[in-house]
Amino acid sequence: MKGNEALAEAAIRAGADAYFGYPITPQSEVIEYLMRENPADRTGMQVLQAESEIAAINMVYGAAGCGKRVMTSSSSPGISLKMEGVSYIAGAELPCLLVNVVRGGPGLGTIQPSQSDYFQAVKGGGHGDYKMIVLAPATVQESVDYVKLGFELAFKYRNPVMILSDGIIGQMMEKVELFEQQPRSKEEPEWATVGKKEGKDSVIVTSLQLQSEEQEKVNLRLQAKYREVEKNEVMYETYNCEDAEYLFAAFGSCARITRKAMEMARKKGIKVGLIRPQTLYPFPADAISELSERMKGILTVEMNAGQMVEDVRLAVNGKTPVEHFGRFGGVIPSPEEILEALEQKIIGG
Amino acid sequence: MSENTIKTPENLVYEKTSVMTDRVLHYCPGCGHGTAHRMLAEAIDELGIQGDTIGVAPVGCSVLAYYYFDVDMQEAAHGRAPAVATGIKRVLPEKYVFTYQGDGDLAAIGTAETIHACNRGENILVVFINNGIYGMTGGQMAPTTLEGMKSSTSPRGRDVKTMGNPLKITELVAQLPGTYFVTRQSVHTPANVRKTKKALKKALEYQKLNKGTCFVEVVANCPSGWKMTPVQSNKWMEENMFPYYPLGDIKVPEK
Ligand SMILES: Cc1ncc(C[n+]2csc(CCOP(=O)(O)OP(=O)(O)O)c2C)c(N)n1
Ligand code: SF4
Repeated sequence: MKGNEALAEAAIRAGADAYFGYPITPQSEVIEYLMRENPADRTGMQVLQAESEIAAINMVYGAAGCGKRVMTSSSSPGISLKMEGVSYIAGAELPCLLVNVVRGGPGLGTIQPSQSDYFQAVKGGGHGDYKMIVLAPATVQESVDYVKLGFELAFKYRNPVMILSDGIIGQMMEKVELFEQQPRSKEEPEWATVGKKEGKDSVIVTSLQLQSEEQEKVNLRLQAKYREVEKNEVMYETYNCEDAEYLFAAFGSCARITRKAMEMARKKGIKVGLIRPQTLYPFPADAISELSERMKGILTVEMNAGQMVEDVRLAVNGKTPVEHFGRFGGVIPSPEEILEALEQKIIGG
Repeated sequence: MSENTIKTPENLVYEKTSVMTDRVLHYCPGCGHGTAHRMLAEAIDELGIQGDTIGVAPVGCSVLAYYYFDVDMQEAAHGRAPAVATGIKRVLPEKYVFTYQGDGDLAAIGTAETIHACNRGENILVVFINNGIYGMTGGQMAPTTLEGMKSSTSPRGRDVKTMGNPLKITELVAQLPGTYFVTRQSVHTPANVRKTKKALKKALEYQKLNKGTCFVEVVANCPSGWKMTPVQSNKWMEENMFPYYPLGDIKVPEK
């Protein structure tokens, strides 16, 4: 199945209650698939094409505030527009799932794949001190599985979760195993606005506090939640790290290309491994820190001008040299040039 | 006479609706927001739909509307209330959903959300408080500020050549097939207060029919923003606002 379509099908199967979106390349197949499939008939899931990404994310806010499983998807320029709403969702502590099928920027940029929205995704993206949980699939299968996981995490922490994909994964055809249809939840969480219950206080969904002390309390609660997320939810994979002297760090589709470069290097006798963060927030900082102690150098490979490399450097904290290799603006690096970068920037450097 | 001898059942002619909480309103003395709140609350009360109503508060002076309406409520980002209400209504179609918005919220930053919610015919009630000014942020020019009207960002009066014209967004949404009932009211005299309440009640009743958006504008005063006493502001409103924003029904359901 095509990545975007598999992801849309996964949303139906994960028991999503609603999807609100606005077309943008390279992710329009998500809403197109949903409109074609008409999940209202299958599960009762609502699908609506909004007038803008701003409207779409605020529809997500409204439906999420009713305790529903809600999803939206877009690509970079549209995600920028959504960031106001995401900040409000994080502040009001509502669960939701966002998908960013990243394309090259800045500005209108290009429709080709990119990873240049890493900073925006992992540092919060909108205003205020908040975090999204960020999942980075490298395969169509993973983007399907992360839809289910994403909803689970969103509700576990009452926090926005983002799947940070890219145009390669969104547009690629790959075999996938879809999970079984899950029923839509009938639960009414006590924080959801579903109509005031007699004898109970009315429910208010808001991110506003007039007193700074109260707003600080909200922030402290959010920070405590993020510490829990960091403790419990880190996911990553390592390849060939047991005997490695050098390490690649790469995520998403770029990790697949980097893996090829790793195999080519191994054939040449270079002992190099790879770490692939599957969660970008929380970041596998401890794992990278530990690995760095026995590495002669680390090369991050990204389809951007150097973003994750900053988090890798923080984790490594000077224990070994960390360099970055990237192609950007929609250009996909080849395994050959990645290997060359390793030889020049790390081994030769 | 003690309070208890006055407050006997036979003396009781008027009670605060239980859809309003006991919190003290933060609005300026004489401001139209308080009366508009109360009329909406009484309409909800009289229809017996308190437990089935979900409101959306805007960003503006009524940002804290959820302190006063004793119904489940969500606080929306500036201008986004109609989108938030759409999200709510689409997943809870059986509930009564309303937004309560000022002119800056509804007719400037939220114009797209307003027009498109009305154009889709979302089955929600939009309550639009038009006081021709940004009250909350200290009296700046609003999209509905009249020509020549002074505000902190039009200190020499609104010059329509450079600042645009006062926007009749209510007439605009009435043009859209998605709206079912569109009316303009006020709350500055007892008779007008009663009419406003009737309109709000009708609009909520219509929501059951699933026929489209109901849009109730309330032309209101902002004594603080206009720098007038409440009495002066009501007079000024009658003389200046009503000629440009005439009261009455703009679109009524066909019989
Ligand atoms: C995105 C954004 N821009 C600007 C503001 C600042 N702001 C708060 S209320 C307001 C205007 C409110 O005016 P109106 O909607 O007319 O309501 P009123 O206060 O008059 O009732 C503005 C500009 C904001 N909160 N958010
Ligand atoms: S500033 Fe104006 S709109 Fe706001 S509460 Fe005061 S009088 Fe009312």
